[in-house]
Amino acid sequence: MIEIRIHGRGGQGGVTSAELLALAAINEGKYAQAFPTFGPERRGAPVIAFCRIDNKQIRIRSAIYTPDVVVVLDPGILRLVDVTSGLKEDGILCANTKYSGKELRKELGIKHAIATVNATKIAREEIGLPITNTAMLGSILKAREVVPFDSLIDPLKKRFGQIAEKNIKVFTRAYEETQLTK
Amino acid sequence: MGERVGIEVSLAAAEAVKMANVDVVAAYPITPQTHIVEHLSELVADGELDAEFIPVESEHSAMSVCCGSSAVGARTFTCTSSQGLALMNEIVFIAPSMRLPIVMILANRSLSGPLSIWNDHTDVMSIRDSGWIQIFTENGQDAFDHVMFSFRVAENPAVSLPVIMNMDGFVLTHVIEPIEFWDEETVKRYLPDFEPVNRLHPDNPVTMGAFGLPGIFTEAKKAQDQALINSKPVILKAWKDMGDLVGRYYKPVETYQVEGAETVFLSMGSVGETVSIAVEELRAQGKSVGQVKLRLWRPFPFEEFREAVRGVKQIIVIDRAITYGGPGGPVASEIRSALYLEENMPTITNFLCGLAGRDVTAEDYIAMFEKTEQMAKGKVRQEDYIIYGVRE
Repeated sequence: MIEIRIHGRGGQGGVTSAELLALAAINEGKYAQAFPTFGPERRGAPVIAFCRIDNKQIRIRSAIYTPDVVVVLDPGILRLVDVTSGLKEDGILCANTKYSGKELRKELGIKHAIATVNATKIAREEIGLPITNTAMLGSILKAREVVPFDSLIDPLKKRFGQIAEKNIKVFTRAYEETQLTK
Repeated sequence: MGERVGIEVSLAAAEAVKMANVDVVAAYPITPQTHIVEHLSELVADGELDAEFIPVESEHSAMSVCCGSSAVGARTFTCTSSQGLALMNEIVFIAPSMRLPIVMILANRSLSGPLSIWNDHTDVMSIRDSGWIQIFTENGQDAFDHVMFSFRVAENPAVSLPVIMNMDGFVLTHVIEPIEFWDEETVKRYLPDFEPVNRLHPDNPVTMGAFGLPGIFTEAKKAQDQALINSKPVILKAWKDMGDLVGRYYKPVETYQVEGAETVFLSMGSVGETVSIAVEELRAQGKSVGQVKLRLWRPFPFEEFREAVRGVKQIIVIDRAITYGGPGGPVASEIRSALYLEENMPTITNFLCGLAGRDVTAEDYIAMFEKTEQMAKGKVRQEDYIIYGVRE
């Protein structure tokens, strides 16, 4: 089972990222769960979304405490929240940042593998808004192939309708531009 | 069979209500039930569901509308949580006394106060003795299947009682997971049209909900109690037939790894799946542990429960509600009563946990098992319940 924890701010689409990953996995015949931090929606506040993917039925119903992948949608969160808390030793941090993995490692003392991408820049250029959830989906898949790249296309189309093409572009660019720091 | 889709459990439940071809939905939105009624409202507005959606001004009115619509023979659905159920309370007791087969999904949430929107079972326990058939669901598939089940059982002429389908708030309602839908043909085969036993109609006047003078009240209550007890064969048949149609066989009491187990966990609702994981880990450590899950809460399945725990030495009862100053949680109290006259009655330890959304992990259940091992060395009394996880 792969467990993914997504950190963002309310309104940035972290829950949608978790949901799209789960839908892609389910369409592939796998089992998946996606869920938010349970409670009222709080625009702008640091929030978390969760996703589990497995080849067999998932029974666990508690939150994710020891993820394989941690995703950070908002660069500011990196300095606000201990995002790598519980991250497995062989896990990976997937961050939206303008800095390199080496710089982040040095500044934040992160010991895990790091995947970095300037998702805000990509999102601004392609959709004109700093909404990074679809960019970070691309980055996650570069960091860890939790589902095949193509499996996300259909869920992205269904979710975004008229702006699907732009979001697929964002997703693809972020996949290509993500840098891995072992 | 139908399609396997990734969907939020609330939306799937609403889709199941649509597939059951409900005639009237009367509901007031309340967290965490909201997505269910929002989606039904959309389905009606979009013309996908030919039903009356009655946006009432309160839950008290919701259940009142449901009583009226069910009485004229309309297939009727409502849905609420917590404070909504509390506001509805007065009419909740009237529906079963009038033998009205309303189906209600209760997206379980704690009752205030302190104000909380999160999941536990204090809401349903507040109407435990209302006379509704009450079942618990464990996952999204289970919830989808039991919408169909609830209508079928409620409306069976031999039952004609309302059904509450409990579905844990957030933990189930807000999770996206794969659910196998039923196709229309399967729904048609499983769920016959609603033919009410009595129907309010101007051409054939009847009185429903009449005054119950002391000379008849006791008899009316005896009849109602018997009606609830008598629903069980219909319930069992509805599960058997569902299994034959869709391949999932549900039971009033379900067990996991109980063969030869000295200790069993007992729980209701969605925590059962996490408990299963704890059971597997404890088994791997060589502990003699199994699991019993109560799916049917009313009518209480005495026979099946006693059979499920025969030979067990120790039961760890997981309660999701408090009986302040009483004999532990509501489930543990009933478990003790059910076993009181049994030979070799097992020791019962009672943990109250997962209150108002406090997360309970597999490790927590393992810790409860270890605590139980220590407690079992002494005498465990009814009042020795433990509110688990209190930070001190």
